[in-house]
Amino acid sequence: MTNLLAARLQMAMSLGFHIIFAAIGIALPLMMCIAEACWHRTGDPIYRTLAKRWAKGAAILFAVGAVSGTVLSFELGLLWPEFMNFAGPIIGLGFGLEGFAFFTEAIFLGVYIYGWDRIPPLAHWLAGALVAASGALSGILVVSVNGWMNTPTGFDLVEGVATNINPPAALLNPAFVSEALHMTIAAYAATGLLVAGIHAIMLRKDRDNPFHRRAMGIALAVGGVAAVLQPLSGHYSAQVVAETQELKLAAMEAQFHTERRAPLRIGGLPDVGSQTTPYALEIPGGLSFLAYNDPNAEVKGLDAFPSDEHPPVAVVHVAFQIMVACGIAMAAVSLWGALAWWRTRRLPTGGAFLTAVALASPLGMIAIEAGWTVTEVGRQPWIIQGVMRTKDAVTTVPGLWWSLAAYTALYVMLGVVVVMLLLHQFRSSPRAEAPTGEGL
Amino acid sequence: MGFLTSMTPAEGVAAAMLVALIVYALLGGADYGAGVWDLLARGPRAEAQRELIAHAIGPVWEANHVWLIVVIVLLFTSFPAAFAVVMTTLHIPLSLMLIGVVLRGSAFTFRSYDATELARRRWNRVFSIPSVVTPILLGMVVGAIATGEPGRAAEAGGPVPLLSTWLRPFPIAVGLFALNIFAYLAAVYLTLETVDRELREDFRRKALVSAVTLGVVAWVVYLLARDSAPLVYEGLDRASWGAPLRYATGAMAIAAIAALALRWFALARLAAAAQVAMILWGAAAAQYPYLVPPHLDMTRGVAPPIVHKLMLIALGIGSLILVPSLIYLFRVFKGHTFQGGRRDEEGPVRPTPA
Repeated sequence: MTNLLAARLQMAMSLGFHIIFAAIGIALPLMMCIAEACWHRTGDPIYRTLAKRWAKGAAILFAVGAVSGTVLSFELGLLWPEFMNFAGPIIGLGFGLEGFAFFTEAIFLGVYIYGWDRIPPLAHWLAGALVAASGALSGILVVSVNGWMNTPTGFDLVEGVATNINPPAALLNPAFVSEALHMTIAAYAATGLLVAGIHAIMLRKDRDNPFHRRAMGIALAVGGVAAVLQPLSGHYSAQVVAETQELKLAAMEAQFHTERRAPLRIGGLPDVGSQTTPYALEIPGGLSFLAYNDPNAEVKGLDAFPSDEHPPVAVVHVAFQIMVACGIAMAAVSLWGALAWWRTRRLPTGGAFLTAVALASPLGMIAIEAGWTVTEVGRQPWIIQGVMRTKDAVTTVPGLWWSLAAYTALYVMLGVVVVMLLLHQFRSSPRAEAPTGEGL
Repeated sequence: MGFLTSMTPAEGVAAAMLVALIVYALLGGADYGAGVWDLLARGPRAEAQRELIAHAIGPVWEANHVWLIVVIVLLFTSFPAAFAVVMTTLHIPLSLMLIGVVLRGSAFTFRSYDATELARRRWNRVFSIPSVVTPILLGMVVGAIATGEPGRAAEAGGPVPLLSTWLRPFPIAVGLFALNIFAYLAAVYLTLETVDRELREDFRRKALVSAVTLGVVAWVVYLLARDSAPLVYEGLDRASWGAPLRYATGAMAIAAIAALALRWFALARLAAAAQVAMILWGAAAAQYPYLVPPHLDMTRGVAPPIVHKLMLIALGIGSLILVPSLIYLFRVFKGHTFQGGRRDEEGPVRPTPA
């Protein structure tokens, strides 16, 4: 295994691990605040129990998110010192502001978790709201850095050296808005449906449990709204990619050849050797229309670019298909719930609906991982699009394989522990016969 | 206010980094130290000591940890070459340190939420053992940078040395120094966290013992620095402020010991914190203007001034939110440690996670 491959795998593993905790860290505090607000409005103690329960989950997941995020801030240098040497000053503003957002999040999470009954109710709720807001802001700022790697701006390149550095312009790079929007909505959709699915599983056994009904209601409201909006943000993101990263779009859509009236390929397994995508369902003109609002628009194919700049097409295309499929399924389940609610003014708790929600539960996190794969693998061989290749950014420290093995073992262990702890929390969740369950 | 005009933006960011590092040592460092006392808890009150530690650091745990990230972000944004050199030449101790950070950071929270007493005890171990190892590695990294070995290795080019930059007597001594500093701070702070006389006496004893060992280790570090980190040693020896700073640090150390002996715990905390801040300030000032001696200073491999100015603006604006938030956090959860003798009438304050 080469050092470059070990470094890439370690970074992919670290980010893939952290992104789950980061996404939940954005959305779960919002849900916990909604539950607490419902408690204040209705006086129903179940909402208070629910807010406390979710806060417990948030505490566990935040702790893992915080340490895995710390690891990432070091790994930027431990694995990619040349990248950071070049990019640090340009993108540092985003990371610096993110530091403050993260600080606010950590402070008020402490206040929220340990402050029940110690501070006035409004102050407590505001602490939770600050956690939710700063969590979202923190994610948006980190994504701005990824946007910059995809569409680097805010500097001039003179003989390999960045001059005229303009950090605000780097922060507001062309991909920033679309990526931040897409990732933030993804966090709400994935977390909301993940949590809703867990409560749906509990409801299937215990249909009238008021705790799980309220929990699923809030989770579905947050996740469902986001899941329905997400295809729109995805469409916007794809148009930005079409405009700024034509090669990535070609890989996502397995568009080997430049053509007018390019078809939308659904599914399929791209074969680089024969430059075809067998097993794909093709909708004529679909890609041209989606990317450029014109069914006859020309879409650049991979053949328009030097072959040493091509990303691994099959990985990018398949990951993109997985992301889109998960997103559509999530939107469909959400629409089903919304329609049922609109007709009956009640949260649907039929067996079929609960099964659908339970099945949709993991899809959001799968979509997030797949989407992250699309944006990262789709940019290869570049670490900074068109500026620096990944192989030129990697550290010269030998034996990264050991580091990869150690961190993989650590994260696998951590993942197992987190799942076990959360399962323990769910097993001890209130039963129907003791709905006010204050035994916390 | 002359320093405002004479200080370059780069020096301003470096000063902010130093402040963040000192606050990390005073707050996050004490959390490491508390883990050390958790591991060393013995005798009839061992469980009570552990519980006191968990309750004392719980609410501020996550916030205390962020200071380290602030230091790192300021470093890679403003001094990218120094960041790249440190991350390359000290890859192994930093990687090991991070594993410690991950283990104790997650175990600390897990133990609050696990089901059984046995599981909680296990998490306690996963929290306390890395609490000893991690600060040693952190100190070794700082000590190694001061020797100039990482800087020289990077300047020489060629294959990256994996062990020779940091596996040396001086970095090891600095690692033990860091561990001792953190344990000392934690013991001093913990005397103010309980109304139980016996528990307080336990931590008073630990504070006194670690204050004395700190003096010994500091002396060893100072002796080793003459040969191992000559640049820093001479910086401290030559500068006009070197002697006064050393006397002031010593005075604070004596004041802390005296206050502990007299059971003036609030004063002891103030003196101990001042002592530690002065140690770090002195070490940094002795190394000035080098970030990674003997080559990388405030002018070489640094970001352009616009970046430093923007970071200073961001730090200023961020502080407007951060400082009141931190004051609020510490008022809510640490207010009881600032109330002097009145506490004895009240019940103990035990914030528990809910």
